[in-house]
Amino acid sequence: MTSRILIAALVLTAAIPALLMGGVSGVVAADGKPGQALSGPAVSSGPHPITLDRPAEATNREIVDDVKRVRNYADQPPLIPHAVRDYQIDLNVNKCLTCHDRRNVEGSQAPMVSVTHFQDRDGQTLGTVSPRRYFCTQCHVPQTDAKPIVGNRFRDFDAVLGAAPAKEGAK
Amino acid sequence: MLLSRRDYLKAQAAAAAAAAAGVSLPASAGNLLTGEGAKLTWSKAPCRFCGTGCSVMVGVKDGNVVATHGDVKSEVNRGLNCVKGYFLSKIMYGEDRLTTPLLRMTNGKYDKEGEFTPITWDHAFDIMAEKWKEALKKKGPTSVGMFGSGQWTIYEGYAASKFMKAGLRSNNLDPNARHCMASAVMGFMRTFGMDEPMGCYDDMENADAFVLWGSNMAEMHPILWTRITDRRLSHPGCKVAVLSTFEHRSFDLADIGMVFTPGSDLAILNYIANHIIQTGKVDKDFVAKHCNFKRGRDDIGYGLRPEHPLEKKAKNADKATESDPISFEEFAAFVAPYTLDKAHELSGVPKNRLEALAALYADPTVKVMSLWTMGFNQHVRGVWANNLVYNIHLLTGKIAQPGNGPFSLTGQPSACGTAREVGTFSHRLPADMVVTNPEHRRHAEEIWKLPGGTIPEKPGYHAVLQDRMLKDGKLNAYWVQCNNNMQTAPNTAKETFPGYRNPENFIVVSDPYPTVTALAADLILPTAMWVEKEGGYGNAERRTQLWRQLVNAPDGARSDLWQIVEFSKRFTVEEVWPEELLAKKPELRGKTLFDVLYRNGQVDRFPLSDCAPEYENFEAKQFGFYLQKGLFEEYAAFGRGHGHDLADFEQYHVERGLRWPVVNGQETKWRYREGYDPYVKPGEGVRFYGNKDGKANVFALPYEPPAESPDADYPFWLSTGRVIEHWHSGSMTLRVPELRKAFPNAVAFMHPDDAKQLNVRRGQEVRVTSRRGEVRVRVETRGRNKPPRGLIFVPFFDHTVLINKVTLDATDPISKQTDYKKCAVKITPVSA
Repeated sequence: MTSRILIAALVLTAAIPALLMGGVSGVVAADGKPGQALSGPAVSSGPHPITLDRPAEATNREIVDDVKRVRNYADQPPLIPHAVRDYQIDLNVNKCLTCHDRRNVEGSQAPMVSVTHFQDRDGQTLGTVSPRRYFCTQCHVPQTDAKPIVGNRFRDFDAVLGAAPAKEGAK
Repeated sequence: MLLSRRDYLKAQAAAAAAAAAGVSLPASAGNLLTGEGAKLTWSKAPCRFCGTGCSVMVGVKDGNVVATHGDVKSEVNRGLNCVKGYFLSKIMYGEDRLTTPLLRMTNGKYDKEGEFTPITWDHAFDIMAEKWKEALKKKGPTSVGMFGSGQWTIYEGYAASKFMKAGLRSNNLDPNARHCMASAVMGFMRTFGMDEPMGCYDDMENADAFVLWGSNMAEMHPILWTRITDRRLSHPGCKVAVLSTFEHRSFDLADIGMVFTPGSDLAILNYIANHIIQTGKVDKDFVAKHCNFKRGRDDIGYGLRPEHPLEKKAKNADKATESDPISFEEFAAFVAPYTLDKAHELSGVPKNRLEALAALYADPTVKVMSLWTMGFNQHVRGVWANNLVYNIHLLTGKIAQPGNGPFSLTGQPSACGTAREVGTFSHRLPADMVVTNPEHRRHAEEIWKLPGGTIPEKPGYHAVLQDRMLKDGKLNAYWVQCNNNMQTAPNTAKETFPGYRNPENFIVVSDPYPTVTALAADLILPTAMWVEKEGGYGNAERRTQLWRQLVNAPDGARSDLWQIVEFSKRFTVEEVWPEELLAKKPELRGKTLFDVLYRNGQVDRFPLSDCAPEYENFEAKQFGFYLQKGLFEEYAAFGRGHGHDLADFEQYHVERGLRWPVVNGQETKWRYREGYDPYVKPGEGVRFYGNKDGKANVFALPYEPPAESPDADYPFWLSTGRVIEHWHSGSMTLRVPELRKAFPNAVAFMHPDDAKQLNVRRGQEVRVTSRRGEVRVRVETRGRNKPPRGLIFVPFFDHTVLINKVTLDATDPISKQTDYKKCAVKITPVSA
């Protein structure tokens, strides 16, 4: 628990835009030529990507640090901070619910699935998680340590109000 | 160093105090902002991505989109989004948004081999106009073309259609929906004489069984999958059958999962028809009243270049669309050879599963919904596959009623609304009309107030043919909007790229971002996207949805609509129309195409004061009238009273969409059935009024093999497609850090035993090579897709793995839609 708090505190005070600059791997930077544009990023005029024998990018590591990430806005589904490889979610069983179901969180200390997940299509709250929410990975995805292909200038509510610096999405 | 909870709280309090010191907060309770300052402006918009057509609420603060969530008022998604939809807020904010036109130049002049150089919009249209006029003068209207999109707004598609088909008098307009929905369209037209599904998503709450034919809805239509999941898990006895050439996430919900040999779905479909007949389960009364039987041509080729040996060998390549009437008995005899044994032999699916599948359809008490997307449509016999699934529903009468029906899902957000209904295909006009029909042309010219003979009668170049004609130097001035065809066309390195770089051609690409298509262009136009403009989309269930402009585009970026309409000012009618056409309407002399097409007294009839005062509308302000409303109302004139009725423009800004035909303010959920469809008269029961006799066609069509199958040299099948995290070529979703990090690169999904035999491990780099090209990609043996031995699946979203260098440009010969699901490749390890 203490290590999670540590990281959260660092996120709070750290200069977040650092991630924006590093290791860009997108189309724009493909041949690394200096840009022609007066403003905005460079657009490559060099050999077209389709003509290149481009090596596959290295495999990225899954992020499994079990640390909650700040959401970009209240309705964003939280990202999964742990490994879910080979998790069974099918007609027989939903492995996610073995920790995140209401009945199981005391033992697992995992966050309980949100109350919205108990509502059916008509907004009625059911006794259990609604079947329409059964396949968790339609909304919740794990993360790897892949670098963004370019930065993203999205600013959350607080940043727009000027109360906080611009944030890069996944920290 | 470890921080306790207490220390963390202290640190946070200090940070909050420091932040507050520099800012005056309007109202707050300690560290919680309250009152007006905490409010966002929420407005509705359809999702930017797939054909499901979810409605989202978009939260704007001070000119920025700061939040999005699923719209609880929307019938489609009732508050849900998929992971992509939940991250819509971030798609417009990629750091490399284009904000100025870029022209390839050397020493201040256009040079095909030059460097991309910023120029003004005025300069951009100057050079475009020069190149367009040069091509028109040299070779006429067939030398100019445009490649549009099922992601265009309705207004954009309609403006483009007028500009190309009437203004420049060229039918060389096609949408990327050709790669996506053309087989569905031709399937509908051949069977029902009218495009688009008879049913709607409400079928999902009413069906007893669902059959997925080549559709991975769990990833590609996730919100519809939530509705099917809901039904499957809460309706007793409900069954789900899933057919695919490899196991994927939709199999997780399947009672009957079936992996079949690529192409053999045709045999399975005919087997089911045969089973229904043999077991006496034909709804004889329904068939007698509502069906005709026809035998289509076989051996129709594969849509390759005419000199290809497979085309030379095909005996009916030029008669692919023809058919002859037959009797029910002849039809029964035609499908009789498709026995359980034969279906099993061709498909490899266990017999008990095939029988269980056939039983779902044959049992008159089971309401069945069939669903399909690219597995059927991207298929060299895609039109046939569509026809054959309709056969099954028609033979059993399980159609056009709640819970019973064939449902063709669409890929793109406005493949229906824009590509199909507006008719931006090279052979189409609005409301299911075609350029080859003189009556249809006349009707369009009348609505458009143009002289008779303006619209050319010959269909233009379709998507794949456009690439071939660019390469061959017959199509010379070419504009690409709202798609990334250099990444998504088939056989790109051999058939697409050469045309873009052909020195005879001038290529313009409009896009918000520098895609691989933009990088292959001569001129790039920076484009406004999604809620940076007013727009309208039509989803898979005939639901039309409109939205307002919610934020401004970055300075310099302009919508596709603005670009088309503004460019039209660069042409006078004298420059583009022959004298004999002008002579029929001399009052048009001296006018520009802008005057003729958009200031025609109809499109410009709504003043600026009609625009919603609380929203910006860049295009309206630029042109001085409510352009979008004018385009919409002129366009709606095509369909009203003809079975495609749209509601009033303003009503769509209140509703979360309405399903056409909208008659007397009421939408239509089930077409062709009395009581639901206002076009079916009392006493008729069912009427397939798309065909003159009111009957649907049941087609006798055989199994035929794919264009290319694995052999000793290229021993694997390659199938391509999407993943849930990314939309199409990834130009938007890869710029959302969370989505990029969730699925960073394309991988080759492969059976572990194949990997073992190739001596490669998970994560190792391999070359995937076809007769056309190759890519380097990493192997995945434990992922969400589980191919059978002998097949690999590689997604196409990744600009660093251009898998379409490898695919084959074979198409369905009727629909001209590419088969991206079946070609032969070999796999070789890249030595580490």
